[in-house]
Order: sequence, then structure tokens, then C-alpha cells
Amino acid sequence: MTAVEKQTPLEARLAAIDLPKGGAFTAARADALARLVAMGLPGRRDEYWRYTDPAALNAPMAPAAKPFEASDEAPLFNGMDRVKLVFVDGVFDAEASDAPELAGVEIARLAEAEAADIHWAQGLYGTLETAGQSPVVRPFAALNSAAATDGLLIRVTGKAAKPVSLIYVHRSETSDPILHHVIKLEPGAEFTLLENGPAGARFNKVMEVDVGAGARFHHIRAQGRDHERRAVTGIFARVAEGALFKSFTMTVNGVLTRNECVIDMVGDDAVAHVAGAALGDGASGAFHHDDTVFITHGAERGESRQVFKKVLKHGAVGTFQGKILVKPGAQKTDGYQISQSLLLDDDSQFLGKPELEIYADDVKCSHGSTTGALDETAMFYLRSRGVPHEEATALLVLSFLADAIDEIEDEALKDEVVSRLEAWLARHRG
Amino acid sequence: MALEQELDVREGVDRETVETVQNMGSYKYGWETEIEMEYAPKGISEEIVRLISAKNDEPEWMLEWRLQAYRRWVTMVEPKWAMLHYPEIDYQDLYYYARPKSMEKKPKSLDEVDPKLLATYEKLGIPLKEQLILAGVEGAENFVEGERQVAVDAVFDSVSVGTTFKAKLAEAGVIFCSISEAIKEHPELVKKYLGSVVPQSDNFFATLNSAVFSDGSFVYIPPGTRCPMELSTYFRINAENTGQFERTLIVADKGSYVSYLEGCTAPKRDTAQLHAAVVEIVILEDAEVKYSTVQNWFPGDEEGKGGIYNFVTKRADCRGDRAKVMWTQVETGSAITWKYPSCILRGDDTSGEFYSIAIANNYQQADTGTKMIHLGKNSKSRIVSKGISAGQAQNTYRGLVTMHPKAKNSRNYTQCDSLLIGDKCGAHTVPYIEVKNNSSRVEHEATTSKVDDDQLFYCRARGMDEEEAVALVVNGFCREVLQALPMEFAMEAQSLVAISLEGSVG
Repeated sequence: MTAVEKQTPLEARLAAIDLPKGGAFTAARADALARLVAMGLPGRRDEYWRYTDPAALNAPMAPAAKPFEASDEAPLFNGMDRVKLVFVDGVFDAEASDAPELAGVEIARLAEAEAADIHWAQGLYGTLETAGQSPVVRPFAALNSAAATDGLLIRVTGKAAKPVSLIYVHRSETSDPILHHVIKLEPGAEFTLLENGPAGARFNKVMEVDVGAGARFHHIRAQGRDHERRAVTGIFARVAEGALFKSFTMTVNGVLTRNECVIDMVGDDAVAHVAGAALGDGASGAFHHDDTVFITHGAERGESRQVFKKVLKHGAVGTFQGKILVKPGAQKTDGYQISQSLLLDDDSQFLGKPELEIYADDVKCSHGSTTGALDETAMFYLRSRGVPHEEATALLVLSFLADAIDEIEDEALKDEVVSRLEAWLARHRG
Repeated sequence: MALEQELDVREGVDRETVETVQNMGSYKYGWETEIEMEYAPKGISEEIVRLISAKNDEPEWMLEWRLQAYRRWVTMVEPKWAMLHYPEIDYQDLYYYARPKSMEKKPKSLDEVDPKLLATYEKLGIPLKEQLILAGVEGAENFVEGERQVAVDAVFDSVSVGTTFKAKLAEAGVIFCSISEAIKEHPELVKKYLGSVVPQSDNFFATLNSAVFSDGSFVYIPPGTRCPMELSTYFRINAENTGQFERTLIVADKGSYVSYLEGCTAPKRDTAQLHAAVVEIVILEDAEVKYSTVQNWFPGDEEGKGGIYNFVTKRADCRGDRAKVMWTQVETGSAITWKYPSCILRGDDTSGEFYSIAIANNYQQADTGTKMIHLGKNSKSRIVSKGISAGQAQNTYRGLVTMHPKAKNSRNYTQCDSLLIGDKCGAHTVPYIEVKNNSSRVEHEATTSKVDDDQLFYCRARGMDEEEAVALVVNGFCREVLQALPMEFAMEAQSLVAISLEGSVG
């Protein structure tokens, strides 16, 4: 061995990270690291990275990104009754946060829980992520389990009276946070999680969610207005009998976003809905948004929905890779997947791969995908009634996004999201 | 044809399908012709490539072309991305060339062809006599004799045994002959177009084919000519442990039209056999080609033993403006199907259509679909795929629709539906969609369901047994594709649908 021998990209990436050592999650972290070494970092030749270039995510250092201060609008969810927990460049900020107290909900910080020898999340940390690595490997999630420096461990035993709201603040131009949350809903529990903010120059986040029998989990996320940030996120959920999992994501701007969502429906009569609305304007910086969703039906009478809408202009690129896998015996499955993209000009692109893989016969599974420009007839209708072009566009775009937004059950939250989408459209006219 | 008449025929066909189910054994083409054969030594090497070229009496440039492909192939690895599982293929344990001894000297006319070979095709329902349409195909009697004629090129293992109606076609200026003949007689056309749609290095199987293809069909339709009859190739694999590698090249010159049919069968054997074909179609301005396939290679037995491994590269290049191509395929046979007939819509206002029925029963595995590559403005494409899985079979639709930035105002509509019969089979959909301009519209829809209980109940209540009822429902499910087939093919396809599903119920 000589010093001139070149490091592999993964070795270089790992060399730049200070891997946490010791504590309650040592074994899980070591396991994740071993798995990561076995799978390596992804490349364009990998089937699930053919439409998204992972180079910026593979790089040892986060590409610099200027933090963005929104002076023209109040922070999201501002007026809402919630437990606010703030991370600044990936570090929990107790001062800026509310007290992590909520009836029926236990909240602990990963960085603190780790110091203990034993913790309820011990048996869960990394396990859902591990399960989600087959049949398609997700190296950034394994990297996350191995290297996460902070995050929250949330256990919900009853019906939470108000949502927990995670706010990710981006301050340093080179911050490269890795956060890992573990959320466990005991049978019958109910919980709403809100997330917003860009978190850092490059953000790697994994959220493992274990939804117990009959429990209900709602997740509404907004990925911040930063123009330059990059993010790779993974949701790994296990949904038990009669349980409900619902997740909605709004993405406006950001150079690169890869949102993976892996849901394993293990109990009968489970429900899982994943939705996303992405608005990208390449004029304010590059925009590449990738939704990669993998839903596995492993039990009977499951219902799953994937609703993804993208509005793209000025060279923005949208990607959707969705899959419904119905295992043998998962009879009476009802799976639906829709991916629609609106290209507002000729530079933008949509690249998609909506897949079905079905091994049970008594099922109803379908998917649809459409891509094109705004409907000319609808536009003509509005214009002929005196609606100016810009306004008509905004109106049609909002109605195009409606199916995805409707996946948010709470009316107040829905209004909040709509107001942000309207504001984005107002800012990005022309 | 009047609508009324068409409906009449369709009703008749349904009845016929039901009868077919009752009367037929499962694979009716599984017999073997006992005929003295001549083989090249087993395995593949430069020597074998040279030998095949020599057997076909080819010019030097053709041999060079083959050797180039062979040298490339040696460096390639077999693709594994399809959802197909099969034992490793030993490419050295195959015969790459087999021809009936009696074909050593090419017969000058059909009268000189070995009667045993003629009898083989007779038995397959493909008489090599210049008389009728494809006789023996159900429903043939419905047509007025002489009104519809089909010219046939019959390929038996590695050689073409004869081509019918050559003289009549020549009157119209149409060239229809075996590719080995075309290499000798029309080298300028072959040189110009061979490999221009599917290059030698295109993919592992196409490259293998480029090196060792032994025969196949060649078609050239001159400018402004409507081919006076349908053309057809019938492929028969007979010899054991033999791979069939045929190559078809169709060139439709400006403003011409041709409808081309392809059929294939093989004997029942318990060892698998390899078939790696290439079909290239060149379509110039304002020309139109319809290519229909009923693929009925031996699918293997109920336990999944034997059957044909079918790795086929088919591609049409709509090179000129307003060129049109339509692929229709009924895939009922083969143990393994790996086939993606594609359309390159290069010219402006071009159009590509793909209609497919893929039926997989027992242990069959099919991974099939299409590619629609839109490069020209105002190009249109339509994909209708119907996949049916029964028994332990796996059926995958894999497709690509891509709209190039310059393909303004283009349009694609894709529909792929899967039907599952039984809880041990699988149906999968893997579409790739790439849209790079906003004046184009791309729509994709896919559904998966089982045979509807209400429809089954309705049929059963009217006295049909379960298998009949399923065949009827499945034929209804495939309707859109069956309608796209030429009439006699549609009828054969309908009965095949029923046969392929035999034993899948209960």
C-alpha cells in the first residue's frame, strides 16, 4: 500500500465525516456503515439514479450554498398552535425551541439519548431503513444511519393535542447536516408532524416511522425557499393493521432535492398516502426535483395513493420514480399512483418511471402519468372572460396542484400551504 | 369493409374461439419433421462465422461485417436488467447453423423443394403453393379466392426454403426474397440499409445475430408502390440444440406501403432453445409499414421444461417525413420473451403505433414492450399493451417514450393493462417517460386487475364452462389489439389466446 493510492469516492466521503462513536446506537451505526461500504455510493449508471446526478451528494464536502432570508413572508405555520423544535444547521437549538413537552408524546434528542446505555428507540433505529434497502439500495440512507449527529426520538402513546413542528434553519454556507428521526406511534395513537426549512447547504435526513395498529400519522413538510441548497431525504415507514400514514411535501426551489419514501404496509386494512407538489423555476438557480417512492403491500385490503404534481419552468427538471409492489397474498389491494407535470415553457423536462410489480390477482392497481403544457382551452376560457394571462396561469396551476394538496386533511394546514403556493406563483410570473 | 359484415365475422370468431378451446390440445405445433440435417460444429468462433458466410456464398464485405460484429460480441456481457430468470445460456453448447441436407443446392423454384419440407409447412397451415391466402388459418374460407393473397418466405432452421409469388411481386417492382439471396442479388440495397437501424453493436443479442445470422427475409418496396399483396415470413425451428438467428430487413421507399406478417413455431422439446432475431425496417417519406407478429414458439411444458428463449431486437426507423409504422404483436409462445419492437420517429409528422398482447401461462416469462423515440416535429405515437398472466407466469411491460427537445407538438398516448388469472402469477409495468419540450403531450395509463367476477358470472349463467368464459373475457380484454391485426391473423390470434390460457382456470 502506498500513499499515492487513490481513495474511492466513498472513502473520501467518509473521511470528511466525524463518525459518532459509542452509546446506545453503536451496533446499529456499525451495521449501517458496513452496509454502506458493501453498496458504495450511487452513480448515474444505477437504475434509480439515471435521472438524477448524485455527484453533489457524493462529494466529500457540501457545495457552498448561501442561506436565504425570506423577508417578504412570515415563517410557515407561524400562527399555529404547535410545539416548535428548532435545528440550526443540523444542531438542536433549545433556546429557540419550545419545551419538548406534550401530553401523550415523549420527545428525546438523538444526541442526548445516545449517551444512555439503553433506550426504547434502540430496537428501531436503523431497522426500518435496513428493511427499505431491499430490493433497491439507498446508500444515502445507510450513510445517514451511520453518521447522523442529531435528530429526534419521538414516541406517541395517545392522541397528541397539537402538532410537533420541526424547523430547520440554514445559516452557514457550508453546513452539511445529517439528521435522523425515529418516530413510533403506539397502537391507536394520533400524531401530526410538521417540518419546514432548508436545514443546511446540503441536508441528509432520514425519518423512520413505525405506525402501530389503528394509529394515525400525518406529516406535512415544506422544504424551504433556499435557492442553492441540496437535499436528500428518506422516509422509511412501517404501517400496521388498520393504521394510517399520510405524508405531503411542498418543494419550491432548491438546486437539488431527492425525496425517497419507502413504505411497507405490513398489516391488513392499512392506508398509506404520499403526495407532493413541487414548483421549480430554473431562472432563480438550477432546479432538479426527484420523488422516488416505493410502496409495498404485504397484507390484505391495503389502500395506497401516490399523488405527485410538478410545475416546471426555465430549465427546471422534475423526476418521479414510483413503485407499487404487491406481494403474493396481498389480496384486495387498492393501489393508485398519479404523476403529472406541467411544463410552463420549452426548456423544462420531466423524466419519470412509474412502476407496478404485482404478484396477487385480486387487486386493483393503476397508475397514470401526464406531461404537457397548460390546457389551451381552459386558458382561452379564462382570457376571454377578461382574466389577465398571468392570473389565469396562476389559477390553472393551482387547480392542477389541487389533487396533491387535497391529501392534507387539516383545513388550516391546507390553507397555509395554498397561501405559500400562491405567493410563489406571484413571485415567479413570466 | 362494411361495419355490419365486420361485426358478423367477429361474432363468428368468438364462437370459433370457444370451439377451439374445446377441441384443441395445448400446443398443436409441437411435432418434429424427420429430415436429414447438416450441422456446423457446435459452438461459436471466428471459424463458425466464416463457415456460415461461406455456406451462404457471401461476398467478402459481408464476411467482414459479420467478423466485426463477432469481435465486438466477444467483449459484451449478456444484459440482466429484464425481469427474467433463466439458467445461464452456454453459447458454446449450441449449433449455430443447421440446414436440411436437401437444401444444400438451393432449389430454383418451389417445385424443386424437398416434399418433406413442403409437407411441414402444409401441416403448419402455411402451404407454399401460390394459390390462396394463408389456408388453414381459421376464417380463410370467408374470403373470395384470389382477392387476398399472401406471399410467404419460409425459413426452416437456418435457411429459407422458398419464397412464393416472387414473379408477381417483381411485376410491381417489389423485391421479396431471403436475405442470403438479397446479399448476392441486391448488394447495393443491403449494404446501404443493413445495420442502419439496428447497428452491429446495438445490444448483446443483436450483435450475436449480426455475427451468425444465417437467413431471413428481405423486402424492398419501390417508391410510390403499394405492395399488391401481404408479405409474410414463417419461421420454423426444427433441429435440436440449434439456435435460430434470422435477420429481416424491410425497406419501404418514398410513398410506398406494405403489410408484413410473421409467424413462428417450434417442436416440443424438454431442453430450451435460443432464438435471437433482428428485424430492421427503414421507412422513407410518406411510406407506411405494418408489421404483425403472431409469436407461437414452443412455450415449454406445464412444469416449465424446455421452450424457446426468444431474444429479439426489432426496430423501425421512420426516416422520412410523414412515414408511418405500426407494430402489432401477439406473444403467446416462448419460455422467455425479451422483445421491444421500437419506433424511431425521425421525420416530421411521422407516426408510430404499437399494439401488443402478451400471454404468459405456466412458467412462461415475458418482458416485452416498446420504445417510441420522438425526434421529429408533430410526431405521434400510440401504445396499447395487454398483458395476461396465468399459472406461475411473470409478464412485464417495459417501455420508453421520449420526446426530444426538437420534437415540438408531438403526442404520445400509452395504455398498458394487465390481467391476472390465479394468485401465483405476476404482472409488472416498467414505463420510462422522458419529456424534454412543453408543446408535446405524453399520457400514460396502466391498470392491473383480475378477470371480473361479474363478467364471469354472466357467462357462466348462460351455460359456458369456466374456461370458455375466461377465454371470452380475455378476448374482450384484448379487443383493441386484435382489431389492429390483419383479419386472418386476428382470427388465429383469438384462438391462440384461448389455447394459451388452457389449464389456467381451476
